[in-house]
Amino acid sequence: MSEIVRRDPRTEWIARNRLHPEHEAVLARLNGGAEVAQWMGPNGIIRRNPHAVGFIGPNGIRRIDRSGAQTANAAGSARREAAAAPARRRVQIDNPAFIIAVVADMPGGRLSAHDRDVLGLARQLADGAEQGAVLLVSFGESREDALGEAGVDRVVNFAGESFDGYAPEQRLNALGGIERQHEPRHWLFPDSPLGGAELGRRFAARRGERPATQVWQIADGQCIARGAAGTVDITRALPRIVLALPECAEPVSETVHAAESIAPPAALPQALRRIEDLGAVAVDPAGVALAEAEFILSAGNGIRDWDGFHRAAAVLGATEGASRVAVDNGFMPRHRQVGATGTWVTARVYLAVGISGAIQHLQGIQQCDKVVAINTDPGCDMVKRADLAVIADSSAVLAALVERVEGVRKEQRNAA
Amino acid sequence: MQRDDKVMPPDGRPLKVAALVSVGRHPVTGRTRRAEYDARAVEIGLSLAAPEDLSLVHAGDSSPESEAALRGYLGMGIGAIDVLQQPAGSDIVPALEAWLRAAAPRLVLCGARGETGEGSGLVPFLLAERLGWSLVSGLAAVESVDRDTMTVLQALPRGQRRRLKVRLPAVVTVDAAAQPARQSAFGPARRGELRQLASGMTPDGLALEWTVAPARKRPKRLKIVKASSARDRFKAAAAKAEGSGGQVLTGVSAQQGAEAILKLLREEGVLR
Repeated sequence: MSEIVRRDPRTEWIARNRLHPEHEAVLARLNGGAEVAQWMGPNGIIRRNPHAVGFIGPNGIRRIDRSGAQTANAAGSARREAAAAPARRRVQIDNPAFIIAVVADMPGGRLSAHDRDVLGLARQLADGAEQGAVLLVSFGESREDALGEAGVDRVVNFAGESFDGYAPEQRLNALGGIERQHEPRHWLFPDSPLGGAELGRRFAARRGERPATQVWQIADGQCIARGAAGTVDITRALPRIVLALPECAEPVSETVHAAESIAPPAALPQALRRIEDLGAVAVDPAGVALAEAEFILSAGNGIRDWDGFHRAAAVLGATEGASRVAVDNGFMPRHRQVGATGTWVTARVYLAVGISGAIQHLQGIQQCDKVVAINTDPGCDMVKRADLAVIADSSAVLAALVERVEGVRKEQRNAA
Repeated sequence: MQRDDKVMPPDGRPLKVAALVSVGRHPVTGRTRRAEYDARAVEIGLSLAAPEDLSLVHAGDSSPESEAALRGYLGMGIGAIDVLQQPAGSDIVPALEAWLRAAAPRLVLCGARGETGEGSGLVPFLLAERLGWSLVSGLAAVESVDRDTMTVLQALPRGQRRRLKVRLPAVVTVDAAAQPARQSAFGPARRGELRQLASGMTPDGLALEWTVAPARKRPKRLKIVKASSARDRFKAAAAKAEGSGGQVLTGVSAQQGAEAILKLLREEGVLR
């Protein structure tokens, strides 16, 4: 739909004039056929028809939505929609005075929240008295399609077999190529373990420059960085290479940038490969620390069949957890306790079996993404918290789960 | 000490390992102690080499407190620590580099970052760059050591591990993923020797211009709601943080319930 609102004075006049012979037809056309709830009377006074306000809800009761989404007339609602989704200002920087390079982690090919914060910081540095451009350097296949909305003007992507896995030397060479080609005024890295923290420090050591690490604020050419294991703040002049902490700046929210893809520098020197990546290692889920486990199967007072529970954890490949009652009764060791007095877990999926959900336990699982509950009591707090709750006998459900997973595994083995 | 369980290179020469140790600071009391990550590095060193093949080096100024902290490492069963005398506010990297060139260990272990001073974690990177050695960060365990290479496990987030083959000599940093350090025993700590060595001094000029203050609490990020109408703003402000109301399956058989759970596990990709 066109952005320009075209007015038809004659139709507006007919819509105002109740005595006009075409009045009804015009109103119906303006309103898309529905009854008109309000219009301007002949003397310029707004007239309302309260019977036409709102809509009939599913229970046969008239509901009124005050947001105006339901009762607005057709022309008005389009305008309102445009106002509801504030359009981001489009920014195109053709001749930047300088370049700010950001090396994003991009786990799984998408910008992390930390990456977005660092890009916000880069925008602060680029949009000063002179207009600079933000250059995003990424490795591996990129699946992010909204780079421009994160504040990226230019993108260089290094993809290929040599950059896959753990290849710090190869990546360092690529950054050296960017340095020669663009000579950025600043290099920003997210100070994240095994991501920007390592690559940024390697790069600074290779360039022989002293970076500022663990930076959390930049203002007026000065930066504030954490030091001494986070116990002191060091205020220092902003160096060229900066490793920034999460939440160092607000992510870009008001503008959308070009995110123009430019070719990586040709003819990178071949790196001397001192480190060879032999791939990921299968880890025993029972050995993973509870606080960092990805998938936890947790047992509470409702468990009767403990052998079945341990077997389910082994088959599902889950780390075992327990509520305080299960630990106090001696069924599980103390270091497996989840909750305020035990471990605060950060699992992506937390499967609570026979746990009613004491407030201390719910505190401990606050940071879990998905919570699944198996419980016989539909009114318990864990069921209210859960994204998926199954009201059934826990041992039967666990046995069915084990059966299904083993069945699928057997099929795969037979197929292979 | 038995030497059977140590990783021995095939040619029979024992592996020479060095560990860089620093004076730590207790996060609550503020007292000096052995640094947590450095102690873990020493622990890995002790699992790789006999105590006589493991040499520890510290660069810094000497005071009664720092000496007491360094004795914490001696109490782990180490005979002596080389202490390179460096006044406060000096760059320790050249001194350490010179010491490493002279000692020529095959493997250098150190904590990921110090607990005092700048604590930037740059020292291992600078040393590896200047010496031209390999560098691995976030070591979880050393699996095997050959004459020219070693196989290590690197810790990834969420308890995952990655196997790397690293050419020696190498600098390796250790953080919380490595096994915890053993207790420090009082007797060996008293008996151990702190060998004071003279070394070249390089002042750290840049750091003189810094302002150091106790860490300020970082401002909490506010939830910014960009809504055009008052109703949307109210809805955003009044929304509960959780309890979106999940799906509740009542009166289903165990098989149906298991099927629903399995579907969610597959969607989340936690089932392997």
